[in-house]
Amino acid sequence: METIPFTLVSPEKILLDQNVSMVVIPGLDGDIGILPGHAPLLSLLRPGVITVYEEAKILVRIFVDGGFSEVTPERCVALVTEGVPLEALDKASLEIEIRNLIEDIADSRTAEERKIADQNLSIAQTKLLEVIAHQKGL
Amino acid sequence: MATLKELRDRRKSVQSTQKITLAMKMVAGAKLRRAQQYVEAGRPYAHRMRKMLRDLAVNAQALESPQPLLTGRGNTGVHLIVVATSDRGLCGGFNSSILRHAKKMIISSQAEGQSIKLLCIGRKGKEVLTREYGELVVESFTELGHPRLRFSDAQRIADSLLNMFEDGLFDVCTLIYNHFKSAMIQEITSQQIIPVPIELEEAQSGPVLKALYEYEPVEETILGKLLPQNIAVQIYNALLENAASEQGARMTAMDNASRNAGDMIRKLTLAYNRMRQAHITRELIEIISGAEAL
Repeated sequence: METIPFTLVSPEKILLDQNVSMVVIPGLDGDIGILPGHAPLLSLLRPGVITVYEEAKILVRIFVDGGFSEVTPERCVALVTEGVPLEALDKASLEIEIRNLIEDIADSRTAEERKIADQNLSIAQTKLLEVIAHQKGL
Repeated sequence: MATLKELRDRRKSVQSTQKITLAMKMVAGAKLRRAQQYVEAGRPYAHRMRKMLRDLAVNAQALESPQPLLTGRGNTGVHLIVVATSDRGLCGGFNSSILRHAKKMIISSQAEGQSIKLLCIGRKGKEVLTREYGELVVESFTELGHPRLRFSDAQRIADSLLNMFEDGLFDVCTLIYNHFKSAMIQEITSQQIIPVPIELEEAQSGPVLKALYEYEPVEETILGKLLPQNIAVQIYNALLENAASEQGARMTAMDNASRNAGDMIRKLTLAYNRMRQAHITRELIEIISGAEAL
């Protein structure tokens, strides 16, 4: 089966670098499936899940908090700030995180602080939804 | 003239100093290895991002809405210098060489009629620059990177930079840090980060896919996200390089210090032995001349 090299990098390390059959990335306006020979594409990523397929099965599902993706016929690169495999996330600690972030928003004094906390909250909420969906799917 | 006891105490104190410097050298060596790994790990992202930015920037000139981060505002009146130093001392000329370079830049920019603002990263730089150019320092970040430098630290600095830029508080921004060459050699680097310098000739000579790309959403939006992120990445990389350089410089400095302490111990031991011998000889002479007098 045809494969495409896929690289997922964060500023701190390379999260994944291997040949895959297909990868589904969370584009800003919807998920995009990348197969070998995809047309060149530059896309923003929204916070969501990158799903990596090998043959017909899912190799790994990684939650990313937004970033950029570049697809050329030869390769697919995703630049993200942070990526965590869905398996490594746990519902209870996410719920605590969300509660803390809601408090942060209440405590924020400047508009700047509020904006950051709001962003983090929406990322955490998306994360939680994805984790729940993932666990139900199992 | 020092007594025997004084010499002995002196030697002991130098010996314990040497133990400390040797230990610090070992610790710096271990930290250096780790810091180098982080530098290596940060390269792929920065590399990819630069490439993406270059591809986008080639036809950025044609965009309707100008990107001040890329093209500048057309004037260079206010120059913000970001000076990255370390929080701890005892690392040889590491901080002083950065600061010397920074001062040179301040003076030459002022001579060109630019007004200067300073942003300090690291306690050492903050201390010196606040003392000498207190009114120019607009912000400072210290105690970053404990236990390790995270990307979020760099992002915080970048955010505050970008806010200042948006508020029109400066036009050009340069980052001064130590580029890590080897444990012995660090190279002071000043890098312009705002507006982003893009070598257009290089971009055009490279394989340009510009017309072939699909963009989602439009290029301007992507560029609008990519440019601020790129600044955070550049700061992050500079700080990593700086951290590695700091450990390298400390290792070298501590190695020198240990060697100097060794020399000193040898000298003191020699002086001590000479003096001891002189004492014995004198006592013998006293005994012998006493016996002869009988």
